Amino acid sequence: MLTATRSGIPLWQPLLRGIAQVGAVTLFLLRVLGQCLPALARPRYTVLQVYNAGARSLSIIMLCALFVGMVLGLQGYDLLQRFGSESALGVAAALSLIRELGPVLTALLFAGRAGTALTAEIGLMGATDQLAAMEMMAVDPVRRVVAPRFLGGLIAMPLLSAIFNCIGIYGAQLIGVTMMGIQSGTFWSQMQGAVGLSDVREGVVKSLVFGLACSLIAVYEGYHAEPTAEGVGLATTRTVVTSAVLILLLDYILTAAFL
Amino acid sequence: MTPSPPAAAPDAVVEVQDLHYRIGQRDVFTGLNLRVRRGAITAVMGPSGTGKTTLLRLIMGQITPSAGSVRVFGQAVPSLRRPALYALRQRVGMLFQNGALLTDLTVFENVAFPVREHKRLPESVLRELVLMKLQAVGLRGAAELRTAELSGGMARRVALARAIVLDPELLIYDEPFVGLDPISMGVIVRLIQSLNRTLGISSVLVSHDVQEIGAIADYSYLLSEGKVVAEGSPAQLNAEPSAVVRQFMSGAPDGPVPFHYPAGDYFEQLLEQPRR
Repeated sequence: MLTATRSGIPLWQPLLRGIAQVGAVTLFLLRVLGQCLPALARPRYTVLQVYNAGARSLSIIMLCALFVGMVLGLQGYDLLQRFGSESALGVAAALSLIRELGPVLTALLFAGRAGTALTAEIGLMGATDQLAAMEMMAVDPVRRVVAPRFLGGLIAMPLLSAIFNCIGIYGAQLIGVTMMGIQSGTFWSQMQGAVGLSDVREGVVKSLVFGLACSLIAVYEGYHAEPTAEGVGLATTRTVVTSAVLILLLDYILTAAFL
Repeated sequence: MTPSPPAAAPDAVVEVQDLHYRIGQRDVFTGLNLRVRRGAITAVMGPSGTGKTTLLRLIMGQITPSAGSVRVFGQAVPSLRRPALYALRQRVGMLFQNGALLTDLTVFENVAFPVREHKRLPESVLRELVLMKLQAVGLRGAAELRTAELSGGMARRVALARAIVLDPELLIYDEPFVGLDPISMGVIVRLIQSLNRTLGISSVLVSHDVQEIGAIADYSYLLSEGKVVAEGSPAQLNAEPSAVVRQFMSGAPDGPVPFHYPAGDYFEQLLEQPRR
């Protein structure tokens, strides 16, 4: 039957719940966006959050980027030399990093490193009545706590993604040029010739969209976490899982739109 | 007892009339009436789970009642929009049960927080103001400590300094004595009293510590099962003959408020086969 599953719950109920959830997140996004300008009146808080979400994620992002670049170098060289076109390694590495791997992997790492921290921090503030206390002091916690963290993530993501790309390309060069002996001039000039502004634009748009999605999910889950230890733990898990799924889904949609 | 109303309406800072509040299937309040007189310490007492904290949240406009009116400074709280509600809250200080200090700030910055958010004061004036409030609660020396370094009693005193930093007209205390050692409790009792007398702040005190309330409250309300079951001065409450009031005031474990949570027959349950 279409209307009922074997457990007796109507099929449309989870669907309705899903739609309601999307609606709730959208309303929350509008509320946060409405508080972004007032929050920027005190840029100190947002700058601090760019540092927390961005600068503090730098080491993990750079390390991962180096490995990803080196793997690209190895795999790319192995594949390209079969066709005798190993000199195109620079182009292959740069395009796959700038258009795809850079934004996606940065966002996944960002969700795991900074997103979880945001959710746990805001969730704990709720559990210890700090958000309620702000409300009582006539301070909107969305303006004072949520909006700066959301903006911090939004600003940090494209910057991290750019750094990821640079280190990744350096990793590919390390393997291709230093180890495998591709001519340095060929590696760089081919890359320069083939990578256009539209490729960079695609990467930037993706990293902006992913940054928005990751930051939004992290602050939403934290703000709405049940005020218990278990509730905050569950919210943190949901942040990682939802962010990862959403990043890959959005990546598909954006890639299809850009091609 | 025939309680006389504590004050005429114009003198009331908080006025709650025929308040009904329902969470899901449970009626928390069924026709509650309460009035807080200007300049007085009004206590709201009652057994755990009678909705005392819920009442505070209704007064502060955090939740809206199912029916009835809640007026603070003559304004109907449930119908206020956010800007007006926030303007109202700036005239009220609230002390949370656990202090609810912001953990990423020092003691000084916690007390300075409402001022920084609402006023533009030169740093030197702000510093004097914060130190003055910290001196009033005896913690000027702790200004640079982090909140994690404070004991429970100290955290509550810092929260009290923060609650009075904008010179509110009304101070609301949610269970200010819970979990404090006798010395800290004595300090808080004295502070509540002196703030009320020296600054002329009206106070609402939610608690179930009968002795402390008896020592400082001008007028008390005793809540049970969603209503006010008794009201009056501490002496009047002590003389109240009703069984519910007697049980609460003397702390008897069983009475109209039963010791046991509602359950079926004990013997029958023991004989039942446990479900697997």
